[in-house]
Amino acid sequence: MSGGMKMYGKHRFPGRLFIVEGIDGSGKSTQLMLLQKWLESEGYVVYFSEWNSSPLVQDVTKRGKKKKMLTPMTFSLIHATDFADRTEHHIIPPLKAGSVVLADRYVYTAFARDVVRGVSPKWVRELYAFAVKPTVAFYFRTPLDVSMKRILGGRDAIKYYEAGMDLGLSDDIEESFQLFQGRIVEEYEKMVDEFGLVVIDATRSIEEQQAEVRKIVSQALTGTKKTRIRRWLDLTSLAKASQA
Amino acid sequence: MARFNFFGEGLPGIDLEELKGKLIVLEGTDGVGRSTHIGLLKLWLENHGHAVLDTGMTRSALAGKRLKQAKEGHTLGGTTMSLFYATDFADRLENEIIPALRAGFIVLTDRYIYSLMARAIVRGSDPEWLREVYGFALKPDAIFYLRVKIDDLVTRVLQSTGFDYWESGMDLHMGEDMYESFVRYQRWLLAEFDKMVDGYGFEVIDASRGIEEVFEDLREKVESLVERNGT
Repeated sequence: MSGGMKMYGKHRFPGRLFIVEGIDGSGKSTQLMLLQKWLESEGYVVYFSEWNSSPLVQDVTKRGKKKKMLTPMTFSLIHATDFADRTEHHIIPPLKAGSVVLADRYVYTAFARDVVRGVSPKWVRELYAFAVKPTVAFYFRTPLDVSMKRILGGRDAIKYYEAGMDLGLSDDIEESFQLFQGRIVEEYEKMVDEFGLVVIDATRSIEEQQAEVRKIVSQALTGTKKTRIRRWLDLTSLAKASQA
Repeated sequence: MARFNFFGEGLPGIDLEELKGKLIVLEGTDGVGRSTHIGLLKLWLENHGHAVLDTGMTRSALAGKRLKQAKEGHTLGGTTMSLFYATDFADRLENEIIPALRAGFIVLTDRYIYSLMARAIVRGSDPEWLREVYGFALKPDAIFYLRVKIDDLVTRVLQSTGFDYWESGMDLHMGEDMYESFVRYQRWLLAEFDKMVDGYGFEVIDASRGIEEVFEDLREKVESLVERNGT
């Protein structure tokens, strides 16, 4: 049982939740990966909240997308279902166990995407009232043309819903994608103050961004549990020593 | 003026002015005879020249099958299940109910958001949160709440299908055995339904009477509803 819901507020779990947001091509996933490496090397118990929810929910989402059966409302609801499953299985348990939980995209992605599709901003915020509030939510702010260059250059074909083709913005998938992402950015910008998103200027070098992220994260880690297991480096040298 | 309204924030891209039909809901706990009465009402309405769509829960093209499996495997958490049901309902609302209303059908639905909310509430969901989530639903023209007392319900279930895992709320571990669990679970559901009577404007139908009597009651009410503002 999930217990009473209304959890949208500071969580009381011993763990920490750090999430990254931003449009595709903002470099947020790279930053999160680097953060993970650092946290692990510092000895924290890190749980990377993979977005692999229950196969049943995933099936519905995949099928709905493939067959273009989704309306803005069912698109929103099936993603919320998926997110609830992740929350119940992949976010709350590790937070209870005192881990540092990392997530690539969070509720803000849904708020931006669903509102652009015409869903009421008030409604979608209520819908996600069960979500755990992140310790820090980073928003990687990037000019649209920069992220577009990063994406359109080296990636697979853009998918129908990803490009917002269901909105009928343009018949050309790349153009639709750009228009759609532009509107998503507008929604993100509105959320910066509303949710206290920590803005990272994603036009700076990877190293500069990472240094800033680490500084902010380390301030939020006071009192967080570290593992007693030796670090990977210690273990390798140990292994070598025993072989000798 | 549109005949229909949403409970809350509503659905994007729906023009309420276009909806001409009637939306009639039958609610009540398990085993009160909802489906029997829907069948009878449909027959009666069709005989009188009305086009009828009858629909029930967890049958959507999008999520129906998987939802059934999720229920059988019961591995999903409470919030996830609540939202899965909401997704399924939204799909049926947008793809079955609304198109039928647009075409001027009388839609008879076996349960509506009230059952979904009652079941979610007894499984720990916050009632206010559920009300917000289901703000996209259409307000029905009438909600007939087939009400029985718990003792009658036990007798009926024993006479028909026997206790079912879900109808007994066995996932909630409420009693030593199916009987105890059934009684506690259904009593709780009834209490949740009773709480909704005034807030949502249920018309309470005493379903402890014989089928004919209950049907006569329902038929009269549906008849006046259909005549009231034409279809």
